[in-house]
Amino acid sequence: MSWEAVIGLEIHVQLKTRTKMFCRCAVGALDDPNTRTCPVCLALPGSLPVPNRQAVEWTIRLGLALGCEIAGHAVFHRKHYFYPDNPKGYQISQYDEPLCVNGRVRLPGPDGVAEIGITRAHLEEDAAKTLHVGGAEGRIHGATASLVDFNRGGTPLVEIVTEPDIRTAEQARRFLQLLRQTVVELGISDAEMEKGSLRFDVNVSVRPTGSDELRTRTELKNMNSFAFAARGIEHEIERQIATYESGGQVEQETLHFDPNREDAPPLRSKEEAEDYRYFPEPDLVPIEPLREWSLDELGGKLPESPSARLERVLAAGLELRDAEALNAEPARVSLFETIGEAGVEPRAAAAFVLNDVAPRVDPARVDGAELAKVLRERDQIPREALDAAVAASASKGFTADEYLRERTVADASELDPVIDRILSENGQQVEAYRGGKEGLLGFFVGQVMRETQGKANPKVVNERLREKLKT
Amino acid sequence: MISREEVLHVAGLARLELTEEEVERFREQLNAILEAVGKVAELGLGDVEPTAHPLDLVNSWADDEPRPSLSVDEALANAPDRDGDLFRVPAG
Repeated sequence: MSWEAVIGLEIHVQLKTRTKMFCRCAVGALDDPNTRTCPVCLALPGSLPVPNRQAVEWTIRLGLALGCEIAGHAVFHRKHYFYPDNPKGYQISQYDEPLCVNGRVRLPGPDGVAEIGITRAHLEEDAAKTLHVGGAEGRIHGATASLVDFNRGGTPLVEIVTEPDIRTAEQARRFLQLLRQTVVELGISDAEMEKGSLRFDVNVSVRPTGSDELRTRTELKNMNSFAFAARGIEHEIERQIATYESGGQVEQETLHFDPNREDAPPLRSKEEAEDYRYFPEPDLVPIEPLREWSLDELGGKLPESPSARLERVLAAGLELRDAEALNAEPARVSLFETIGEAGVEPRAAAAFVLNDVAPRVDPARVDGAELAKVLRERDQIPREALDAAVAASASKGFTADEYLRERTVADASELDPVIDRILSENGQQVEAYRGGKEGLLGFFVGQVMRETQGKANPKVVNERLREKLKT
Repeated sequence: MISREEVLHVAGLARLELTEEEVERFREQLNAILEAVGKVAELGLGDVEPTAHPLDLVNSWADDEPRPSLSVDEALANAPDRDGDLFRVPAG
């Protein structure tokens, strides 16, 4: 039997607002411990939350970028759980009336475009950071105490949940990559996994190919890079298929993926069903976005999505690897396209942007049309001239002419008379060459180069010499 | 009717340890509360929108302008225990 995977993602993105979600403490999770707290984010009695308007606006912008419907009426709920990272005993989150629902994202890839549904995107507050001490280094089990830093507690956090529309580990990696780029380019989050400003969980199940059933899924948590996630998902898919094929059943469980090992060990099995006792947060009033913002205006200000860019670049015939490398920066893609419009073949244009331009100058500042003029003549000018042109291409007043002046003489009609003269002046060497001393070719090339003061294109000179010496 | 098991389940979620006598007392009280609230169900409210908040107010928020935070010592003043500038609590 053949199997297919059913994968859904849940992504948390910290917003880079200046202040927290429900109080005006500066956001600064990495600052000195407990220097970014107040009665609200420490949950001192009598304190009341006040939402951050900027965070709400940014969540709506993200929702629009993900093709979501924006709720006319959205509500904050309390989600109850007890843990030292959560001083109120509940997290303010959203439940059945989130800000954004029913989105759709195009996911371009080597095999065409998949559509991934976005179930919801809602706004909540991040938890404090805990450090477990006393047991084995940093592990929850066996720890005797938790040390708590409340700086991060209350940071605005957007949770994005996808439909289970993803079918491969590679698609999951690509989706995460594009989502990350989306929030970064919207300017609403740093989305850096190392700093914890982007985190995600993956739900995986498998089913016979073509069936529409949803089997028991497992949840993969604590993955610290997209590449590790892809590997973890791959393993989990294989494990579940092997389980079913040997007549077993997959059990619902949470797997904490440790990147230092190649398998994902179960941490807690058959966990007690989660029971968060949600109810509407009585300290906050509902949000009605349409009374405050024009969605046309917010949507109109959105930059082009990274997904649309990737789709275009792939359509130009590039490999995924190069397409993604270009797509890492909008300016790389527009430079690639400008150079392409100037008549350079796509693969050559991509290689040039990635290998020659991007490592040396800021692609955003390059005059692509001028640089393309130099690039088109790359076979006719010395390598140094092209390098110099690239280095200068981001400077003010850059023009191609200066670098094209060094264009070599490649025109046979210009070179032939010179070659003919040299051959007639060196009759002895011509005889020797034709007698089998082909090493003399270098001698003739040298003569032509000297005669043309180095302007001759060596490749053309070689060709013409061989041709003429044959007869 | 709320059962004894449901009272223990909710108490467990709230990390409360109850005596046998308390379990029975809270079971009775919770049932009385549910019965009182259940009165509402007698009304025909099919056409009424759910109320998330009693005030007829929406979109109450603040601009994203930082205000001073507490000092570390103020923040930790009520901590049961501290370890440097961190709160120290029993392992979660």
